[in-house]
Amino acid sequence: MAEPGELKRLPLHDLHADAGAKFGGFAGWSMPLTYPAGVMKEHLHCREAAGLFDISHMKLFVVSGREAAAALSRACPIEADALAVGQSKYTFFLNDDAGILDDLIVTRVGDERFVVVANAGNAVADEAHLREVASGFDCIVEALDRVFLALQGPKAEAVARDAGLEIDSLAFMNGRETADGGFLARSGYTGEDGFEIAVPLDAAQALAEKLLADERVEWIGLAARDSLRLEAGLCLHGQDIAPDTDPVDAGLTWAIPKALRAGGSYIGADALAAAIAAGPCRKRVGLKPEGRQPVRAGAALVDGDGKPVGAVTSGGFGPSFGGPIAMGSVDVDALHNPIFAEVRGNRLPLSLHPLPFQPHHMRKG
Amino acid sequence: MAQTYFTEDHEWIRVEGDIATVGITNYAQEQLGDLVFVELPEKGRTIDKGDTVVVVESVKAASDVYAPLAGEVTEVNDGLSDNPGLVNSAAEKDGWLWKMKLADKAALDGLMDRAAYDATTA
Repeated sequence: MAEPGELKRLPLHDLHADAGAKFGGFAGWSMPLTYPAGVMKEHLHCREAAGLFDISHMKLFVVSGREAAAALSRACPIEADALAVGQSKYTFFLNDDAGILDDLIVTRVGDERFVVVANAGNAVADEAHLREVASGFDCIVEALDRVFLALQGPKAEAVARDAGLEIDSLAFMNGRETADGGFLARSGYTGEDGFEIAVPLDAAQALAEKLLADERVEWIGLAARDSLRLEAGLCLHGQDIAPDTDPVDAGLTWAIPKALRAGGSYIGADALAAAIAAGPCRKRVGLKPEGRQPVRAGAALVDGDGKPVGAVTSGGFGPSFGGPIAMGSVDVDALHNPIFAEVRGNRLPLSLHPLPFQPHHMRKG
Repeated sequence: MAQTYFTEDHEWIRVEGDIATVGITNYAQEQLGDLVFVELPEKGRTIDKGDTVVVVESVKAASDVYAPLAGEVTEVNDGLSDNPGLVNSAAEKDGWLWKMKLADKAALDGLMDRAAYDATTA
């Protein structure tokens, strides 16, 4: 971990410090990892009420102009001009080999205007990539400086409504720009209903304080964000998916529109079509350790003879699940045989578990 | 009367006769957060100072606990198998990790007392 002094501070850093946050480095940012309640209580609170996350480390871009849709349909395996205004789409930047450079959410917010939300760890590379692709089209790429908050949980809707957010008729995986220069989407990374709200810096603190004044809302740190998304079976780029993973091996072919699975004009189209035709070599699966001991990202997976069959890509403890949980990438040929994780010289038996570990409660609208 | 010593690695060692009870400090459990699993050593294992004896696992990460002194493990806190959270709720009491017969009691002289330890975490 880098020295705290080298890490970027969130715009609302002092608010987190006042709340008693413990900070740690993630993707170059000093992030609140936990608050005094602790990861277990924070996680459960989000599943039962409403959690507020500061996700300002993530990066927002606006792509606008006459050929904005065409630029995004080149950069991502999507049909951007087929999105309705207000509709969001989970997608990727792929490289020429169809490896996943990043996973993203693209929302059409106007006829010629799109918001792209990218991961913190890839923000710099994503911006360069997007600008390079867009340079061939009549459009503009802007990187936004925003405070980005996520409000997640079964009570998120009621909280958002009481706080006066413009959520009327906003269904899950839809988003819109707001009158004050912000962006409001019904989406998230927890498996719960909720919202992701980008606001200009000068309005951010007041919004966070207003939401926190609601007794149903508690801050949730990055540690619980990770356990929530793992229970929800959602990928973390850099762990579960990476530039050497294509969407087929990642089990994410569902995110590719059917019309683009046999090819298209997006970057990586030929390689992706070939990968789809060939079928997966490995599969991203949920894994449940049989005992109480967690297995962690990076642990080798082996079969009963000790032959390598894959790796754990995310692993930890699921507070709502009530036990250790993991995701891993496993050779397709090995899926029907017993699987073990190698942890500190021991072989721990695992069973395959359907993803997600906890049912999603998203509001389809 | 039992005397308690502390290490820079945030362990406490309570000594009665030549048996030492070892745990992690309250400060350490606060840093680790909610524990979900504790891997304990085998009884009878001979350990050298600095060996990894216990692994404590939080929701997010695994951390090693080192032998503060050399000796032989005589007992482990089996209650932690079902309730690893005991280390969070009572780190310096019921959340002890293991007991050991010290190879050399004189080695205790190099450890800190409570006041010296508290000064390191202040």
